[in-house]
Amino acid sequence: MDFSLSEEQQMLKDSVQRFVRDEYELEARRKLVASDIGYSEANWAKMAELGWLALSLPEEYGGIGGNAVDTMVLMEEFGRGLVVEPYMTSIIIGGGFLMAGGSAAQKTVLLPKLAAGELKLAFAYAERQSRFDLNDVECKAEKSGDGYTITGHKGVVFHAATADKIIVSARTSGGSRDEDGITLFLVDNNCSGLTRRDYPTVDGLRASEVEMDGVTVGADAVLGSVGGGAALMEEVVGLAIAAICAEAVGCMDVLQETTNEYLKTRVQFGVPLSKFQVLQHRMVDMFMECEQARSMCYMVNLKVGDEDPVERAKSVSAAKVQIGNSGRFVGQQSVQLHGGMGMTDELHVGHYFKRLTMIDTMFGNKDHHLKRYADL
Amino acid sequence: MDLAFSDDDLAFREDVRTFVAENLPEDIAESARRGRPISKPDIQRWQRILYDQGWAAPAWPAEYGGTGWDATKRYIFDEVMAEFDTPETIPFGLLMVGPLIYTFGNDAQKARFLPTILTGEEWWCQGYSEPGAGSDLASLQTKAVRDGDNYVVNGTKTWNSSAHIADWVFCLVRTSNEGKQQEGISFLLIDMTTPGIDPKPIISIDGAHHLNMTYYTDVKVPVENRIGEENKGWTYAKFLLGHERISISEVGLSKQRLRRLKTIAAEERSHGESLIEDPTFAGKIAAAEVRLISHEYLNLRLLAEEAAGRPIGAEASLLKIRGTEIRQELTELTIEALGYYTAPFEMEQLSDRWNEPAIGPDYAAAQMPQFLFSRAATIYGGSNEVQRNIIAKMVLGL
Repeated sequence: MDFSLSEEQQMLKDSVQRFVRDEYELEARRKLVASDIGYSEANWAKMAELGWLALSLPEEYGGIGGNAVDTMVLMEEFGRGLVVEPYMTSIIIGGGFLMAGGSAAQKTVLLPKLAAGELKLAFAYAERQSRFDLNDVECKAEKSGDGYTITGHKGVVFHAATADKIIVSARTSGGSRDEDGITLFLVDNNCSGLTRRDYPTVDGLRASEVEMDGVTVGADAVLGSVGGGAALMEEVVGLAIAAICAEAVGCMDVLQETTNEYLKTRVQFGVPLSKFQVLQHRMVDMFMECEQARSMCYMVNLKVGDEDPVERAKSVSAAKVQIGNSGRFVGQQSVQLHGGMGMTDELHVGHYFKRLTMIDTMFGNKDHHLKRYADL
Repeated sequence: MDLAFSDDDLAFREDVRTFVAENLPEDIAESARRGRPISKPDIQRWQRILYDQGWAAPAWPAEYGGTGWDATKRYIFDEVMAEFDTPETIPFGLLMVGPLIYTFGNDAQKARFLPTILTGEEWWCQGYSEPGAGSDLASLQTKAVRDGDNYVVNGTKTWNSSAHIADWVFCLVRTSNEGKQQEGISFLLIDMTTPGIDPKPIISIDGAHHLNMTYYTDVKVPVENRIGEENKGWTYAKFLLGHERISISEVGLSKQRLRRLKTIAAEERSHGESLIEDPTFAGKIAAAEVRLISHEYLNLRLLAEEAAGRPIGAEASLLKIRGTEIRQELTELTIEALGYYTAPFEMEQLSDRWNEPAIGPDYAAAQMPQFLFSRAATIYGGSNEVQRNIIAKMVLGL
């Protein structure tokens, strides 16, 4: 058993740390978040140049062939920087779908572009009624000629505005919550019949409401098997959860370290706040949550490639529950212990807190995954 | 012990209901229902309606323009206000400095300040915390030096809610460095238009401007605007903090929020059903409701004690702790209920100018900002950690 990083992983970690230090000062991030597209194309190009976009993609298609632990190393540092580029939607989810379900033609055409930073993808799955159930799909795709016509609404599609293609889950058969009958489609963002309403999100990202009114796609737009989208989504969302757990660990570490430091320097009643036992214990609890979250993050990233789907799903849900609980405690207590300062937009603490709050919601919150774990 | 309302109380409740139903402007009620921030003119409009009815200050004694109601009637009144989604009372004038002025102020101060607090014409803010004096409020450093008939005030106050729209500030200042820290503090009422006062916005994590940092440079304050005696300000400040803590406990507001949470949970879907049918989520709502009921009865007990002539002391801290925890619990459950629709953060949606359809359900936009700002509730009015210290020391004698 070995939980240490390889030499390559350590180099990757150092390199992402340098990037975050150089590009993600709080003020620089604030500018990115307020910019037109909400992130930096220059950063994206740099990520391509440094091989980070290729990291998890297969070697035969221009990738590096890294595993989940490599991605974990990168995502943890992205979490520390609150990086806003669409890595999760494009590379982990978009790339994940292409690798897991793409045809030879789709892989050959799209994966090298993805690795080179020339293609961005988004994933449209949530609907107004679906909450966290990936299989609750009312959006319809009907056979028309050789292809399909897609009609329906997708909500809160992260980074849709700047994606070239959106991966859409739509029902080709079955009732609205059936596992069978969901098909995934690669839909061009600028195709006719698709309208978007773009907006900023509370954690500094961008998302859109996507309306499809008779969007026509060819048969070659189908990703994976017709009607077999559920299993594919489960697999890829599992990868996304493993990655977002690492991002959360990075966020929590920053909050824990900053709060620890703040208590040592903030003097009230003639002593540093760190001298109050009740606050010491709170810090200890925060530290414990961070370590537990990190342990679960290692666990899920080591197991997310497991052959056994039940084992894999249990690991994913267990980790998401832990990250949700730990992130909630660490985020809320960091604001509390910073007092009024924690409530200001000026300080970085609130931004990490907001991201951790959203991370719990992403891909199903702690209650959703606890129930899923219990049902497995 | 008796919980039943008398016939008189029940008739009173009907009167209040009828009045609110007939007089609450629909646009204000709609904004409150949507969780939009209510503007100063709208709050003043509603306050004026209550004033004309003689109901501006339910808790004030009749001789100062209050209603003179007993604890039961005040409770009923608050209940009905919450039932109808009336705008939240801005605490600084009616709940805080008003009672301070009629308790410790002189006749001239009562005559000058109480009437415009009742009508809502003049708005107040609080000048307590400083960058270096938060939980340890008594260490405050803003100085007031006597110069003839004036004090000259210099220093910095922070976390001043509404300072940018307030007409007056009640301010704690240091008038002496002799003896214990608490013994050199005085309580001044300061006109916000006095030269030398400069409030600067602090944007909070909900993206809004509620808070300010206020700089005081050679601000001249007439000595007649001092409440009570010089260097006795801490006594008055503590009285006022007690009132603040009781007002923060917000039973009525939490009931409103609980109702909204249930409406939202009934509307949201999960696995083909209404979210409120989900046993886990329903259990969480029920747990919050049980906590709210116990909080409400604790409130009632303390109010009854007060009405019987035993003023609420350090017990106010119990109300503050539990009331703010419940508020946070309810706002957190509300964003949980919304699932992915907690994410959209288009601040414009909350303004009067927004006339496009909502992103997602129309009740969604207000909820995340409310959740975020509610994180301040366990910090302001004395952090909950400090409240626990107060209870340990003053109530339990530890």
